[in-house]
Amino acid sequence: MTGYTPRYVGSVTKYVFVDSPDMTPSDLAIRAYELSQGVMIKETCFGLMITGKVEDVNLIIEQIRALDPIHIFVKDRGFPPGDARRCRANLGGARPGFFGHEFEISLIKNISSGLARLRDRPPGKEPLPPAPGTGKKLDAARLKKIIESKES
Amino acid sequence: MVKVFIYPTTSLILSDLVARFGHTPLSAAIEIRERIQTPGLESPPLQITPEEPKVGLRWAAVEVPSGVRGRMSLYGPMVDQAEAAIIVNDADFSFGCMGCARTNELIKYLLHKKGIPILDLNYPRTEDEGEEFVAAIRKFLEGLGGSP
Repeated sequence: MTGYTPRYVGSVTKYVFVDSPDMTPSDLAIRAYELSQGVMIKETCFGLMITGKVEDVNLIIEQIRALDPIHIFVKDRGFPPGDARRCRANLGGARPGFFGHEFEISLIKNISSGLARLRDRPPGKEPLPPAPGTGKKLDAARLKKIIESKES
Repeated sequence: MVKVFIYPTTSLILSDLVARFGHTPLSAAIEIRERIQTPGLESPPLQITPEEPKVGLRWAAVEVPSGVRGRMSLYGPMVDQAEAAIIVNDADFSFGCMGCARTNELIKYLLHKKGIPILDLNYPRTEDEGEEFVAAIRKFLEGLGGSP
Protein backbone atom coordinates (compact mmCIF):
# COMPACT_ATOMS: atom_id res chain seq x y z
CA MET A 1 0.00 0.00 0.00
CA THR A 2 1.34 3.41 -0.91
CA GLY A 3 0.19 6.79 0.28
CA TYR A 4 -2.10 8.86 -1.89
CA THR A 5 -1.67 12.62 -2.27
CA PRO A 6 -4.49 14.17 -4.28
CA ARG A 7 -3.96 16.90 -6.87
CA TYR A 8 -6.15 19.97 -7.40
CA VAL A 9 -7.67 19.75 -3.91
CA GLY A 10 -10.61 22.10 -3.48
CA SER A 11 -11.15 22.48 -7.23
CA VAL A 12 -14.13 21.45 -9.30
CA THR A 13 -14.09 20.08 -12.84
CA LYS A 14 -17.03 20.47 -15.20
CA TYR A 15 -17.68 19.05 -18.63
CA VAL A 16 -19.09 21.40 -21.24
CA PHE A 17 -20.66 19.58 -24.20
CA VAL A 18 -21.53 21.43 -27.37
CA ASP A 19 -23.73 19.93 -30.10
CA SER A 20 -24.51 22.96 -32.22
CA PRO A 21 -24.73 23.72 -35.94
CA ASP A 22 -23.25 27.18 -35.27
CA MET A 23 -20.42 26.45 -32.86
CA THR A 24 -17.53 23.99 -32.60
CA PRO A 25 -15.63 22.98 -29.47
CA SER A 26 -12.73 25.04 -30.82
CA ASP A 27 -14.89 28.24 -30.97
CA LEU A 28 -16.02 27.55 -27.45
CA ALA A 29 -12.45 26.98 -26.25
CA ILE A 30 -11.26 30.30 -27.71
CA ARG A 31 -14.06 32.15 -25.88
CA ALA A 32 -13.33 30.26 -22.66
CA TYR A 33 -9.59 31.05 -22.89
CA GLU A 34 -10.50 34.74 -23.23
CA LEU A 35 -12.57 34.56 -20.06
CA SER A 36 -10.30 32.30 -18.00
CA GLN A 37 -8.32 33.81 -15.18
CA GLY A 38 -6.17 31.08 -13.65
CA VAL A 39 -8.72 28.44 -14.56
CA MET A 40 -7.55 25.33 -16.40
CA ILE A 41 -9.35 24.71 -19.67
CA LYS A 42 -8.93 21.61 -21.80
CA GLU A 43 -10.42 21.41 -25.26
CA THR A 44 -11.83 18.02 -26.25
CA CYS A 45 -13.60 16.59 -29.28
CA PHE A 46 -17.03 17.15 -27.64
CA GLY A 47 -16.42 20.48 -25.90
CA LEU A 48 -14.37 21.48 -22.88
CA MET A 49 -13.27 20.48 -19.42
CA ILE A 50 -12.92 23.40 -17.02
CA THR A 51 -11.09 23.03 -13.71
CA GLY A 52 -10.68 25.66 -11.01
CA LYS A 53 -12.33 27.24 -8.00
CA VAL A 54 -16.06 26.70 -7.98
CA GLU A 55 -16.99 30.37 -8.32
CA ASP A 56 -14.53 30.92 -11.22
CA VAL A 57 -15.74 27.82 -13.07
CA ASN A 58 -19.40 28.77 -12.59
CA LEU A 59 -18.74 32.29 -13.87
CA ILE A 60 -17.06 31.02 -17.05
CA ILE A 61 -19.80 28.46 -17.63
CA GLU A 62 -22.50 31.08 -17.20
CA GLN A 63 -20.82 33.27 -19.83
CA ILE A 64 -20.10 30.57 -22.39
CA ARG A 65 -23.52 28.97 -21.96
CA ALA A 66 -25.05 32.32 -22.97
CA LEU A 67 -23.40 31.96 -26.40
CA ASP A 68 -25.74 29.13 -27.43
CA PRO A 69 -27.96 28.22 -24.46
CA ILE A 70 -29.96 25.44 -26.08
CA HIS A 71 -26.97 23.58 -27.55
CA ILE A 72 -24.50 23.77 -24.65
CA PHE A 73 -24.83 21.24 -21.82
CA VAL A 74 -22.88 21.08 -18.58
CA LYS A 75 -22.25 18.43 -15.95
CA ASP A 76 -19.85 17.79 -13.08
CA ARG A 77 -16.81 15.55 -13.37
CA GLY A 78 -15.14 13.76 -10.47
CA PHE A 79 -11.62 13.59 -11.91
CA PRO A 80 -9.42 16.46 -13.11
CA PRO A 81 -8.46 16.45 -16.82
CA GLY A 82 -5.63 14.13 -17.83
CA ASP A 83 -5.88 12.01 -14.67
CA ALA A 84 -4.02 8.77 -15.37
CA ARG A 85 -6.85 6.71 -13.84
CA ARG A 86 -9.33 8.00 -16.40
CA CYS A 87 -7.43 9.35 -19.41
CA ARG A 88 -7.63 6.96 -22.38
CA ALA A 89 -4.03 7.81 -23.30
CA ASN A 90 -2.97 5.65 -20.36
CA LEU A 91 -5.72 3.05 -20.41
CA GLY A 92 -6.34 2.21 -24.06
CA GLY A 93 -9.84 1.82 -25.48
CA ALA A 94 -12.70 4.13 -24.65
CA ARG A 95 -12.51 6.33 -21.56
CA PRO A 96 -14.66 5.01 -18.71
CA GLY A 97 -17.94 6.91 -18.94
CA PHE A 98 -17.62 7.41 -22.70
CA PHE A 99 -20.48 5.05 -23.55
CA GLY A 100 -22.88 6.90 -21.27
CA HIS A 101 -22.00 10.18 -22.93
CA GLU A 102 -22.18 8.62 -26.39
CA PHE A 103 -25.69 7.32 -25.63
CA GLU A 104 -26.98 10.66 -24.32
CA ILE A 105 -25.31 12.76 -27.02
CA SER A 106 -27.22 10.70 -29.61
CA LEU A 107 -30.45 11.96 -27.97
CA ILE A 108 -29.36 15.48 -27.12
CA LYS A 109 -30.79 16.97 -30.33
CA ASN A 110 -34.25 16.09 -29.01
CA ILE A 111 -33.50 17.97 -25.77
CA SER A 112 -32.19 21.00 -27.70
CA SER A 113 -35.32 20.97 -29.82
CA GLY A 114 -37.46 20.66 -26.67
CA LEU A 115 -35.73 23.64 -25.07
CA ALA A 116 -36.22 25.71 -28.24
CA ARG A 117 -39.92 24.83 -28.47
CA LEU A 118 -40.47 25.51 -24.77
CA ARG A 119 -40.48 29.28 -25.42
CA ASP A 120 -43.57 29.04 -27.67
CA ARG A 121 -45.37 26.41 -25.61
CA PRO A 122 -48.75 27.56 -24.22
CA PRO A 123 -48.35 28.05 -20.42
CA GLY A 124 -51.19 25.74 -19.35
CA LYS A 125 -50.43 22.84 -21.71
CA GLU A 126 -50.06 19.58 -19.77
CA PRO A 127 -46.81 17.72 -20.60
CA LEU A 128 -47.11 14.13 -21.83
CA PRO A 129 -43.56 12.80 -21.54
CA PRO A 130 -42.48 9.33 -22.68
CA ALA A 131 -43.27 7.21 -19.62
CA PRO A 132 -42.10 3.74 -18.59
CA GLY A 133 -44.42 0.88 -19.38
CA THR A 134 -46.11 2.56 -22.35
CA GLY A 135 -44.03 0.82 -25.02
CA LYS A 136 -45.86 -1.89 -26.93
CA LYS A 137 -44.48 -5.37 -26.24
CA LEU A 138 -44.34 -8.23 -28.71
CA ASP A 139 -47.54 -10.24 -28.69
CA ALA A 140 -47.06 -13.93 -27.76
CA ALA A 141 -49.16 -15.10 -30.74
CA ARG A 142 -47.02 -13.00 -33.08
CA LEU A 143 -43.83 -14.46 -31.52
CA LYS A 144 -45.21 -17.96 -32.07
CA LYS A 145 -45.86 -17.17 -35.74
CA ILE A 146 -42.31 -15.87 -36.16
CA ILE A 147 -40.89 -19.06 -34.60
CA GLU A 148 -43.07 -21.27 -36.81
CA SER A 149 -42.08 -19.35 -39.94
CA LYS A 150 -38.39 -19.88 -39.12
CA GLU A 151 -38.87 -23.58 -38.38
CA SER A 152 -40.65 -24.41 -41.64
CA MET B 1 -33.01 25.49 -4.34
CA VAL B 2 -33.86 21.80 -3.88
CA LYS B 3 -31.45 18.85 -4.01
CA VAL B 4 -32.66 16.58 -6.80
CA PHE B 5 -31.43 12.99 -7.12
CA ILE B 6 -30.87 12.15 -10.77
CA TYR B 7 -31.02 8.62 -12.11
CA PRO B 8 -28.81 7.62 -13.96
CA THR B 9 -26.54 9.47 -11.55
CA THR B 10 -24.02 10.17 -14.32
CA SER B 11 -26.61 11.61 -16.71
CA LEU B 12 -25.53 14.70 -18.66
CA ILE B 13 -29.08 15.53 -19.74
CA LEU B 14 -30.59 15.37 -16.25
CA SER B 15 -27.67 17.10 -14.55
CA ASP B 16 -27.88 19.97 -17.03
CA LEU B 17 -31.67 20.36 -16.95
CA VAL B 18 -31.88 20.32 -13.14
CA ALA B 19 -29.16 23.01 -12.87
CA ARG B 20 -30.67 24.97 -15.78
CA PHE B 21 -34.03 25.19 -14.02
CA GLY B 22 -32.43 26.42 -10.81
CA HIS B 23 -31.98 23.39 -8.55
CA THR B 24 -29.01 21.27 -7.40
CA PRO B 25 -28.45 17.93 -9.15
CA LEU B 26 -27.07 15.14 -6.94
CA SER B 27 -24.75 13.34 -9.32
CA ALA B 28 -22.16 10.58 -8.80
CA ALA B 29 -19.33 12.92 -9.87
CA ILE B 30 -19.61 14.93 -6.66
CA GLU B 31 -19.22 11.83 -4.45
CA ILE B 32 -16.33 10.56 -6.62
CA ARG B 33 -14.64 13.98 -6.45
CA GLU B 34 -14.81 13.91 -2.67
CA ARG B 35 -12.91 10.60 -2.61
CA ILE B 36 -10.42 11.64 -5.30
CA GLN B 37 -9.53 14.79 -3.36
CA THR B 38 -9.13 13.12 0.04
CA PRO B 39 -5.58 12.03 1.03
CA GLY B 40 -5.15 8.46 2.24
CA LEU B 41 -3.94 5.20 0.78
CA GLU B 42 -3.66 4.66 -2.95
CA SER B 43 -6.73 2.70 -4.12
CA PRO B 44 -7.19 3.27 -7.85
CA PRO B 45 -9.18 3.93 -9.91
CA LEU B 46 -11.94 5.49 -7.79
CA GLN B 47 -10.28 5.56 -4.36
CA ILE B 48 -12.89 3.08 -3.16
CA THR B 49 -11.35 1.36 -0.14
CA PRO B 50 -12.28 -1.83 1.80
CA GLU B 51 -14.04 0.49 4.23
CA GLU B 52 -16.77 1.36 1.69
CA PRO B 53 -18.68 -1.96 1.83
CA LYS B 54 -18.81 -1.48 5.61
CA VAL B 55 -20.25 2.01 5.17
CA GLY B 56 -22.75 0.52 2.72
CA LEU B 57 -24.20 -1.62 5.52
CA ARG B 58 -26.36 1.37 6.40
CA TRP B 59 -28.44 0.78 3.24
CA ALA B 60 -27.93 -2.91 2.45
CA ALA B 61 -27.79 -6.02 4.63
CA VAL B 62 -24.56 -7.91 5.33
CA GLU B 63 -25.50 -10.83 3.06
CA VAL B 64 -25.84 -8.44 0.08
CA PRO B 65 -22.77 -8.67 -2.22
CA SER B 66 -19.95 -6.28 -1.33
CA GLY B 67 -20.20 -4.70 -4.81
CA VAL B 68 -23.71 -3.48 -4.00
CA ARG B 69 -22.69 -2.28 -0.53
CA GLY B 70 -19.61 -0.50 -1.95
CA ARG B 71 -21.75 1.28 -4.52
CA MET B 72 -24.31 2.17 -1.86
CA SER B 73 -21.57 3.96 0.09
CA LEU B 74 -21.49 6.35 -2.89
CA TYR B 75 -25.19 6.56 -3.67
CA GLY B 76 -26.63 6.10 -0.16
CA PRO B 77 -25.62 9.56 1.13
CA MET B 78 -27.09 11.04 -2.04
CA VAL B 79 -30.40 9.24 -1.44
CA ASP B 80 -30.38 10.55 2.15
CA GLN B 81 -29.84 14.13 0.99
CA ALA B 82 -32.40 13.95 -1.85
CA GLU B 83 -35.49 16.13 -1.52
CA ALA B 84 -36.85 15.06 -4.94
CA ALA B 85 -35.83 12.66 -7.71
CA ILE B 86 -35.98 12.36 -11.47
CA ILE B 87 -35.68 8.79 -12.73
CA VAL B 88 -35.11 7.96 -16.38
CA ASN B 89 -35.79 4.28 -16.77
CA ASP B 90 -34.54 3.15 -20.17
CA ALA B 91 -30.84 4.03 -20.06
CA ASP B 92 -28.44 2.00 -22.12
CA PHE B 93 -27.13 -1.02 -20.18
CA SER B 94 -23.56 0.24 -20.43
CA PHE B 95 -24.48 3.62 -19.03
CA GLY B 96 -21.58 5.25 -17.18
CA CYS B 97 -20.92 3.55 -13.88
CA MET B 98 -24.54 2.51 -13.29
CA GLY B 99 -23.55 -1.02 -14.24
CA CYS B 100 -25.00 -2.96 -11.31
CA ALA B 101 -28.67 -3.85 -11.78
CA ARG B 102 -29.18 -4.89 -8.14
CA THR B 103 -27.79 -1.56 -6.86
CA ASN B 104 -30.01 0.29 -9.32
CA GLU B 105 -33.08 -1.59 -8.06
CA LEU B 106 -32.14 -0.79 -4.47
CA ILE B 107 -31.66 2.93 -5.27
CA LYS B 108 -35.08 3.14 -6.93
CA TYR B 109 -36.67 1.26 -4.03
CA LEU B 110 -35.09 3.56 -1.42
CA LEU B 111 -36.15 6.67 -3.34
CA HIS B 112 -39.78 5.49 -3.61
CA LYS B 113 -39.80 4.40 0.03
CA LYS B 114 -38.58 7.83 1.11
CA GLY B 115 -41.82 9.43 -0.06
CA ILE B 116 -40.21 12.39 -1.85
CA PRO B 117 -41.64 13.78 -5.13
CA ILE B 118 -40.46 11.55 -8.00
CA LEU B 119 -40.75 12.02 -11.75
CA ASP B 120 -40.56 8.76 -13.72
CA LEU B 121 -39.68 9.10 -17.40
CA ASN B 122 -38.15 7.45 -20.43
CA TYR B 123 -35.60 9.05 -22.75
CA PRO B 124 -37.11 11.07 -25.63
CA ARG B 125 -36.59 9.31 -28.97
CA THR B 126 -38.13 12.05 -31.18
CA GLU B 127 -38.19 15.85 -31.17
CA ASP B 128 -41.86 15.87 -30.11
CA GLU B 129 -41.02 13.61 -27.18
CA GLY B 130 -38.09 15.91 -26.42
CA GLU B 131 -40.46 18.86 -26.01
CA GLU B 132 -42.72 16.87 -23.66
CA PHE B 133 -39.70 15.53 -21.74
CA VAL B 134 -38.26 19.00 -21.13
CA ALA B 135 -41.70 20.47 -20.34
CA ALA B 136 -42.38 17.70 -17.80
CA ILE B 137 -39.04 18.25 -16.06
CA ARG B 138 -39.58 22.02 -15.97
CA LYS B 139 -43.06 21.62 -14.52
CA PHE B 140 -41.82 19.11 -11.92
CA LEU B 141 -38.92 21.34 -10.85
CA GLU B 142 -41.10 24.47 -10.70
CA GLY B 143 -43.51 22.57 -8.49
CA LEU B 144 -40.76 21.83 -5.96
CA GLY B 145 -40.59 25.45 -4.90
CA GLY B 146 -37.46 26.85 -3.30
CA SER B 147 -36.09 30.06 -4.72
CA PRO B 148 -33.67 29.27 -7.58
